Amino acid sequence: MLGYVIRRILLAVFVLWGVSTVVFIIVRLVPADPALLIAGDTATADQLAALRNQMGLDRPPLVQYGSFLGGVVTGDFGSSYTQSVPAMQLVAQALPNTALLAFLAVLGALVVSFPLGVVAAVRVNRPIDRIVTTGSLIVQALPSFWIGVVLLLIFSRTLKWLPSADLTSAQSLILPTTVLALPLIALLTRLIRSGLIEVNGEGYINTARAKGMREPAILFTHAIRNALIPIITVVGLAFGTLLGGAVVTETVFSFPGIGKLLVSSIHVRDYSVVQACVIVIAAAFVLINLLVDLLYAYLDPRVRLAK
Amino acid sequence: MTEQLVADSRRAQSPLLSVRDLQVEFTTSAGIARALDGVSFDVQAGETLAILGESGSGKSVTSQAIMALLPKPAGSIVGGSILYDGIDLAKEPVSRVRDLCATDIAMIFQDPLSSLNPVFRIGDQVAEPFRRRLGMGKKEALARALELLKRVGIADAERRISNYPHQFSGGQRQRIMIAMAIALKPRILIADEPTTALDVTVQAQIMRLLAELQAETGMAMILISHDLGVVADSASRVAIMYAGRIIETGGIREVYDHPQHPYTKGLLDSIPGAHAMGEPLRPIVGSPPNLLDLPAGCAFHPRCPIAVPECRAAVPSLREPEGAALGHHVACIRAEEVRSHD
Repeated sequence: MLGYVIRRILLAVFVLWGVSTVVFIIVRLVPADPALLIAGDTATADQLAALRNQMGLDRPPLVQYGSFLGGVVTGDFGSSYTQSVPAMQLVAQALPNTALLAFLAVLGALVVSFPLGVVAAVRVNRPIDRIVTTGSLIVQALPSFWIGVVLLLIFSRTLKWLPSADLTSAQSLILPTTVLALPLIALLTRLIRSGLIEVNGEGYINTARAKGMREPAILFTHAIRNALIPIITVVGLAFGTLLGGAVVTETVFSFPGIGKLLVSSIHVRDYSVVQACVIVIAAAFVLINLLVDLLYAYLDPRVRLAK
Repeated sequence: MTEQLVADSRRAQSPLLSVRDLQVEFTTSAGIARALDGVSFDVQAGETLAILGESGSGKSVTSQAIMALLPKPAGSIVGGSILYDGIDLAKEPVSRVRDLCATDIAMIFQDPLSSLNPVFRIGDQVAEPFRRRLGMGKKEALARALELLKRVGIADAERRISNYPHQFSGGQRQRIMIAMAIALKPRILIADEPTTALDVTVQAQIMRLLAELQAETGMAMILISHDLGVVADSASRVAIMYAGRIIETGGIREVYDHPQHPYTKGLLDSIPGAHAMGEPLRPIVGSPPNLLDLPAGCAFHPRCPIAVPECRAAVPSLREPEGAALGHHVACIRAEEVRSHD
């Protein structure tokens, strides 16, 4: 088990190095001169050269790459030129907001989809199952910006129950959380349902029945754990995606998260912030996947002992 | 001596399990398949009854019907009775039947890998009946599980009890299944193709273990198989199934030595080694009938070498042919001729 953990961690470090390198290259391939952007059109050639020298842009690419990697390791991505604070500080302000939002969305989705999926699986092909399955298909087909706008119109504009924007109170989390959770609820409900139905045909479920166990006991001991194994992956991926890319939802609700920070930084070509955002998001994604892999090994002994 | 005879006759009168005219149907998209049609048999305390048949003959469905394991909602018992201890299992709610399962009637399955839950330690799985049904604490239940694992011949059981199913070989897994099945000392053990997924040498070990356990506990056994050889040494009586019906039943030696149904005779003749080496195999021509579209009359007549037009007229019922031993029943109008051909 320890060897497995160490292998996974080394792999994660390797992935992050790859991401950093790709980010470094892409930012330098974009046809825009950061020094020119900062100095503005009116700057003289001398001013530009001085700025390039100050930003280290006149040094050889390999040297730049080396100091960039050093920055990644120490969390120093340089300063945001628009706000004159370290890029990492902006990310550090935005990330907890997004993390809170993602956590609430995933938690809410699990809490809602679990009973729905179980009920649909237990009553497979009965009316309640049809309602749940059709409902989740419809919800999954709706685009999140549309759901967001509709919820805003209903609950903020018309009913005036909930705030429309910003992160000012706990209430302001309700709408964005709902928007992020809804498609996940639909997806997880269907996965839990089909997982349980599939597991229900397995031999060990019949064994448990032949041992005289009642259906609820079989469901909550023998069936659930086996059905959950593939679902863990999906939940992990969803959480990782939410951490990095609730871009649309954060924009619709003007939510001060990392998705909105990333998009606005791209708009103003604030490269140091873009780099910091991308690498932090990638790190979060890799970390979540690492946790999923470890959880997987915990839940499924066949993974733990293989290799 | 007289007392013994009285006891014997009383026992013969009230079998442990009595299946009468059992009918099971499966609803499929292509129509309704009658998987069991009028199956009747008795199991006496302590005896081994073998149920033999090809795939689709209804032998496994019989065991599923007894254990309330028919796949829902497709399969259901539509007629007949399964009497155990004065209770008709065919009419009881599933939960009541499950209560009886494990304590009174236990079952082991064909594929011991898929029959064990891959994510739980085998100790916990064997201990489960003690915890769930007897309300034992974890420690005590595990101690009992350890005894059982030792009894069924798991080497180094103290250490192996915390292993997972995939860490065992096929034969060991079946031993674990047996340990689980006998945990609550059932009076009947149903073994559904217990050795089909195993090597031949392991097959013999498992059959020996089952016979030992049966001798120790006095439990009755229903041994379901397609393999006439596996059954030959362990069963006292045999029922041969074809297309959802029992077509021949009787003492195993009597049936093997003097088969009176052309299908049984065909099965026995098809065993390689029953005739000289170098001769071609003698399979039964044709294939088993489609349960959705059974032939009229005797379901075997299209494959039968001695079929006559009357075979198509009506489904033959089980009867004791002239010259047959007591308790030897055959569902064939020409049973006497099959015997005289011997």
